[in-house]
Amino acid sequence: MHEWALAEAIISSAIEIAERKGFTEVKEVRIKVGELQQVETSILEFALSELKAGKLKNAKFVIETVKAKLRCRVCNHLWDFSQERLNNESKEAIHFVPEAIHAYIKCPKCGSLDFEIFEGRGVLLESIKGVK
Amino acid sequence: MCCLKALRESNNSVDPRIGIIDKRLENVKRVIAISSGKGGVGKSLIATSLALSLVKKGFDVGLFDADFTSPSTHRILGVKKLEVEEDRGILPMQVHGLKYMSIIAFTGEKALPLRGAEVSNVLIELFSGVLWGKLDYLIIDMPPGIGDVTLDVVKLVKKIEFLVVCTPSVLAFETVEKLLTLLKELNVPVIGVIENMKMKRDFPIQEQVVKAGFSFLGAVPFDSEVENALGNVDMLFKTVFAQKLAEIVPRIISQDV
Repeated sequence: MHEWALAEAIISSAIEIAERKGFTEVKEVRIKVGELQQVETSILEFALSELKAGKLKNAKFVIETVKAKLRCRVCNHLWDFSQERLNNESKEAIHFVPEAIHAYIKCPKCGSLDFEIFEGRGVLLESIKGVK
Repeated sequence: MCCLKALRESNNSVDPRIGIIDKRLENVKRVIAISSGKGGVGKSLIATSLALSLVKKGFDVGLFDADFTSPSTHRILGVKKLEVEEDRGILPMQVHGLKYMSIIAFTGEKALPLRGAEVSNVLIELFSGVLWGKLDYLIIDMPPGIGDVTLDVVKLVKKIEFLVVCTPSVLAFETVEKLLTLLKELNVPVIGVIENMKMKRDFPIQEQVVKAGFSFLGAVPFDSEVENALGNVDMLFKTVFAQKLAEIVPRIISQDV
């Protein structure tokens, strides 16, 4: 997902959660960003700062990057996405749709196409701190 | 709502993509899933031809190929390479007057083997990331059956309507009946059923559809010329298939369920 679209989704979810929790003001939003989606953290941070308003106006966004790991469903081999050497076109496809990775790589141990994104896929909203 | 919440908040983390889907589709008047219980009944052809017919009538139309492991609408449209642009989201490509999105924009002609949860993730990623803008109709070409995409589309797209395709066979109808029953139980609007590839001595689809309590929208004959028209939209419009489907289109437009 594009960084701006992603920021918009984070803001929208954070507002919904803040309202559900009865916060009058949100102080901190913690986000985990999977390495696989290759999100430009600086663009995401800028987009979040531009889009935040209302209860989120003074919120601090803390972004943690999670290393992407892949696991073969056939031989159980676990490996890091960072060791893959992909061209820019493949990287861009995975940036937009992380599951596109299944079209580009195989298990480095047994060659199987049947592997899972074990962790570090995309963006998750981890926690929200605020005042009631 | 509880299911949606569960999907969004697994392991105490929230998937922010799901909450934005309504906003992404807020300017789309109708979202129609072209579905069937079985593969090979002509869903992709009906979805693509319906979308093109609606464009011809002057509507703003989007076509979303949601059959991620076996996409085929690009072949029907004659799209060799799909390139998307980004501007605060993914912009669908303009093809023959349609806004078009298919997984081939990211995988080209490569095979994309996916399991259920991965299929759901692709669907959520594209629903949350693609900026369709203002549309009268978004036509979704669905994969066959009542699996992940069907259940996810029902869960994620509040304004979803289904249009079901069936061939004149007891085998096809048996699976369609299951799909219709499921949609009825889930309170999902069904525009009706189109009978595709009709031949002379057929299984009576119309009778069965009406008996099941659904609208029969019409029949489209088997047309051997369609195969030669794949990839050429002008030729496709000239086929008996497309002309008969065009006769059904006003019934689809008028049935705003």
